[in-house]
Amino acid sequence: MNGLLGPILVIVWKDILLELRSRDLVVSILVFGLLVVVVFNFALNNAPGRAAELAPGILWVAFAFSAVLAMNRAFVREQEQGGLEGLLISPVSRDAIFLGKVLTSLIFMLLIEAALLPVYAVMLDFSALSLTLVLTIFLGTLGFAVVGTLFSAMAVQTRSREIMLPVLFFPVVLPIIIAAVEASTRAVGGETFVGLGRWLPLIGIFDALFLVICPWIFAFVVEE
Amino acid sequence: MAATQGIKSSGGLGIPSLKTGMAAIAGVMMLVDLYFIFMVAPTDAVLGHVQRVFYFHVPIAIMSFLAFFVVFLGSLMYLIKRTPKWDAIAHASAEVGVVFVTLALLTGIIWARPVWNTWWTWEPRLTTTLILWLIYVAYLMVRSYAPTESKAAIYAAVMGIIGFVDVPIVYYSVVWWRSIHPSPVVGPFAESDALTGTMSLILLYSLITFVFLFIYMVMERMSLRKMEEELGKIRFSLRRRRR
Repeated sequence: MNGLLGPILVIVWKDILLELRSRDLVVSILVFGLLVVVVFNFALNNAPGRAAELAPGILWVAFAFSAVLAMNRAFVREQEQGGLEGLLISPVSRDAIFLGKVLTSLIFMLLIEAALLPVYAVMLDFSALSLTLVLTIFLGTLGFAVVGTLFSAMAVQTRSREIMLPVLFFPVVLPIIIAAVEASTRAVGGETFVGLGRWLPLIGIFDALFLVICPWIFAFVVEE
Repeated sequence: MAATQGIKSSGGLGIPSLKTGMAAIAGVMMLVDLYFIFMVAPTDAVLGHVQRVFYFHVPIAIMSFLAFFVVFLGSLMYLIKRTPKWDAIAHASAEVGVVFVTLALLTGIIWARPVWNTWWTWEPRLTTTLILWLIYVAYLMVRSYAPTESKAAIYAAVMGIIGFVDVPIVYYSVVWWRSIHPSPVVGPFAESDALTGTMSLILLYSLITFVFLFIYMVMERMSLRKMEEELGKIRFSLRRRRR
């Protein structure tokens, strides 16, 4: 269990334990996610017939903003108690730390999304029981987690860190948001994998590309 | 004594003369360019005088893409070699690039209003340019908000690399996104067939002018940064002496 996988799982378990004891991340972001859909309902004057048409857009705005909040919180928590320094001096490779944090963010985000999705499906009147939609959400969230973890490690060190993460994060993940909204629209419309066209591969390429680049760059970000 | 010597040595590095030369070339070429654009270039038969903004708009847009490529190279080399020179190149190029991309957007808007009858359209090239602008504004922001100088250089380099790698993905996603929604406008290069020989020659000349202008501005920014660093050193040594 040494090598890469062992340390990754230990880091993930540490964060899950921390969350189980404090319960300050998942719950607060769940409430935030619900608020987003309520606000959008009034902002877009959601008429009954248009709900399914607007739903994918609202879904991904909510997911993207929740992702930013969750990842900011995750690194602020490390920073406050000097936890990141502890991680860095432990005999673990930087790749393991990065991938561990990515996996933690991915798990938390997927939990939040799994809780929000049925609620959204009821409120916005679309069918969430679609394998294509679930796969789209998984791939999109993976991309958010990879890029977001790298940027939040940077943003947490800067002044006005609450603003810095979204400013860095949103322009870079715009392809994911475009592709995910397009793919979700088709998935909600009942299309199969073939019907989703190139949108899923696009997200897949984004994820693969940044999964290769980001661990390499992360080592520079956290160095002293 | 040490501080004053520092100032003198920076003045005699030989860079200012090259820089002044660049400024002179860019200045003269720009004047000639203006003459070409307003006096020599024929008025476009369909678009009229507004077409003349093209001679600025196209070179500026091309140069901003080039600037961000330089940022990418500088950032990559900085992370590998860790010499401040690469960071200085990337930093200067990013600042000039943001100015250029802003100007490209603004001249595009000026052109689009009479020709497309709208200030803005979510056409792929425009949208990509706007996202580019956002990425490199973020580059400059993370640089100025970083806790220390060395962190600023690293964070900026990270954004310089990630942002540039992201550009092709952004472009294709926006193109595909547009291709399914009906697009009300013709692409900006639809009328490139209408460019006469003189027009394309002037466009080429204008592009060369902007290459010189770009090089000059990057050099100016780099020497400014050198002065800032020296000023910091002088301040530091003065404060130490006073104690």
